[in-house]
Amino acid sequence: MLSFRAPGFRHGIHPPDSKELTAHLPLRRMEFPDEVVLPLRQHAGKPAVLLVKEGDRVVRGDVIARADGFVSAPVHASASGTVRDIGLWPHPDGSMDTAVRITVDRWSPQVARPRVVPVWRGLTPTQVVTAIQDAGVVGLGGAAFPTHVKLAPPDDLKVQLIILNGAECEPYLTTDHRIMVEYPERVHFGLRVMMHALGVQRAVIGVERNKPDAIEALKRTVPPDLAIEILPLTVKYPQGAEKMLIKAVTGREVPSGKLPVSLGVVVQNVGSAASIGEVFETGLPLVERVVTVSGRGVHAPANLIVPVGTKLGALLDMCGGLTDDAAEIIFGGPMMGVPQSSLDVPVVKGTTGVVVLTDADVRQDRSYPCIHCGQCLDACPLYLNPQRLGELARAGRYEEMEPLHVMDCMLCGSCSYVCPSNIPLAQLFQASKTALRRRPPAKAAS
Amino acid sequence: MKAALKRLIVAAAPHLRGPVPTPVIMWNVVGSLVPLVAAATYFFGPSALLVVAASVLGAVGTEHVFGNGGTLADGSAAITGVLLGLTLPAGFPLWMAVVGSVFAIGFGKLLFGGLGYNVFNPALLGRAFLQAAFPAAITTWPIAGGSGGSWWALRGDNFAIPFTHPVTDAVTSATPLGLMKFESKTASLGDLVLGTTGGSLGETAGLLILLCGAYLALRNFLNWRVPVAVLATVATFAGILHSVDAARYASPMFQLFAGGLMLGAVFMATDPVTAPVTNAGRWIFGIGIGLLVVIIRTWGGLPEGVMYAILLMNAVTPFINQLTQPRVFGTDRARIVV
Repeated sequence: MLSFRAPGFRHGIHPPDSKELTAHLPLRRMEFPDEVVLPLRQHAGKPAVLLVKEGDRVVRGDVIARADGFVSAPVHASASGTVRDIGLWPHPDGSMDTAVRITVDRWSPQVARPRVVPVWRGLTPTQVVTAIQDAGVVGLGGAAFPTHVKLAPPDDLKVQLIILNGAECEPYLTTDHRIMVEYPERVHFGLRVMMHALGVQRAVIGVERNKPDAIEALKRTVPPDLAIEILPLTVKYPQGAEKMLIKAVTGREVPSGKLPVSLGVVVQNVGSAASIGEVFETGLPLVERVVTVSGRGVHAPANLIVPVGTKLGALLDMCGGLTDDAAEIIFGGPMMGVPQSSLDVPVVKGTTGVVVLTDADVRQDRSYPCIHCGQCLDACPLYLNPQRLGELARAGRYEEMEPLHVMDCMLCGSCSYVCPSNIPLAQLFQASKTALRRRPPAKAAS
Repeated sequence: MKAALKRLIVAAAPHLRGPVPTPVIMWNVVGSLVPLVAAATYFFGPSALLVVAASVLGAVGTEHVFGNGGTLADGSAAITGVLLGLTLPAGFPLWMAVVGSVFAIGFGKLLFGGLGYNVFNPALLGRAFLQAAFPAAITTWPIAGGSGGSWWALRGDNFAIPFTHPVTDAVTSATPLGLMKFESKTASLGDLVLGTTGGSLGETAGLLILLCGAYLALRNFLNWRVPVAVLATVATFAGILHSVDAARYASPMFQLFAGGLMLGAVFMATDPVTAPVTNAGRWIFGIGIGLLVVIIRTWGGLPEGVMYAILLMNAVTPFINQLTQPRVFGTDRARIVV
């Protein structure tokens, strides 16, 4: 076993992190836009079920769509106003999807209705889980998996450890960084509620070492009655991937095809923890989130507190607009984020940031043949063989990729990043995984 | 704002890319071969430059004519040309060098599908072809340092007319390995390290080759595991033999610096296309080459075995790849998928 200077994982890559553009900028609250667009599908799981109709008046914090079952989350109005229409609208994932458009009241004070703030101490775990689901809290690290689901593990599995993910390994993004620096108490409070819900005694907050101010702020504010450890981690991409984080903190590997809870570990994002903290402080559901707007293609990068549903164009206006050489607008980080083709897409709950790359930043080159240099093998954090998998994917031999564990691939893009021949490996694997999932289940003879 | 909107790129993640594209790697390898060509010219005179130029011309020309369009710019044909040139003796007829490099690129690479698809190192395949076709010319070694005649004098029969028997009037010498094999004489280690001995153009200056290789390894353009495995294996194996019978078996230092071992270990065995892709596989590959080199040199019929050692290991590379699949994260052990 290798030893590490700081806890981390093997392999991985070191893209330039470009966080200096926004790391020092305090959070600013964005003014309310003229219109918010709220897709019904802002989380993994089943989309929410619509509760309003055209012309309805809504107040900030009102439920406009309810959760559809347990693995789902409700959607709340992020601003007071009138429902203008309900229909298909560009979604940040690239599709068109049902969304509620709300015309925001021009002169409204944007005060939520009076509401009962749940007192966590008196609640049973089930009641905490329900309160978090009702507040519409989902994983704010990007995947947007409903947070409460991970707080209600199957009865036969006992959770011993909560890990809060403050690695934020994607270049450019400083969302979690600013939350940890400016709201460390709220992170700890949200963590306390989660520890209560899961009956866990121990928690670790993992933060990459390139955020010393965040580490310091969290350490200073650890509640004395809780066993919370702040663990500085190696700076390496993808340190924030769930499996890599668990490996760094516990030294153990999540078995292939299993969930972290099989090791007794639950991982949540620090932003989600702060959001839970807010729910139990103010009673306000998840109607806004922190978004980093960064990249050399935008005039004034910023860390903003943005109402969910704010359209990309309004957000960019807030940041001084695009530069002349802006080439690509990405929701999320540049390694795993989704490029946007329209300025009308709304910020959703899972939008960690908006990165605008310039012509000089983007990959604009032809592909060369694979020269078997093996750099992808040295980059893959899951020790897959992207070289062989890429060969098979290009030949459409998806069945042969399954025994090589292509389904474990988390599409972190490390292989594509290092490939000198510019082969779109991550894209090939995404297509391969989709093809394998769509495959008819176990044919009788083939 | 909306007026300012222009065309946006929509591409698959990741949107950033690493700093080093394949052509940069290739041209860096070409660049690191330039000192070797310069050294060969210093030792053997303008003949060296002519042979390398002829070989490059043949390789690049073949790639240009039969290649799949635009493949010249990736630099791989130039590497093959320079490397093949460096494995030839200074007095080698130029037309033979051209034939060899045309064979190397045409049969060794393009026939398999071009860059990335060839099984054997094209430069070595070209040399193997020349050795079979012109066994006399390829073993006529002018001595380095230019004894007899000025530096400008051609070493041998560079301008022989194709398909006529070359008239060899050069001052020739046997290679250190040849002397060792057939006359049991060893050359001085100083000559071997610096390159002032007889031999092919690029194989004599062992120290320079190591320096160029170190540059490439430091910039991560070449996997250090292969040359380290090859050289360590040769040193160990030769050392064991030497300690058993010092009179019969050459010393490890002699084995390391004589013949084409340095050039082969640093520049040919490391050709990523024809070497295994896994790190474990690269160790096996290098050790295999090292063992074969000593075996062929010691007990084979030829004085030198680097070329055949590398070509033989090239042939088993796909099997090494299959046997050394990495253990996937979260699984118990490596699973061999054949």
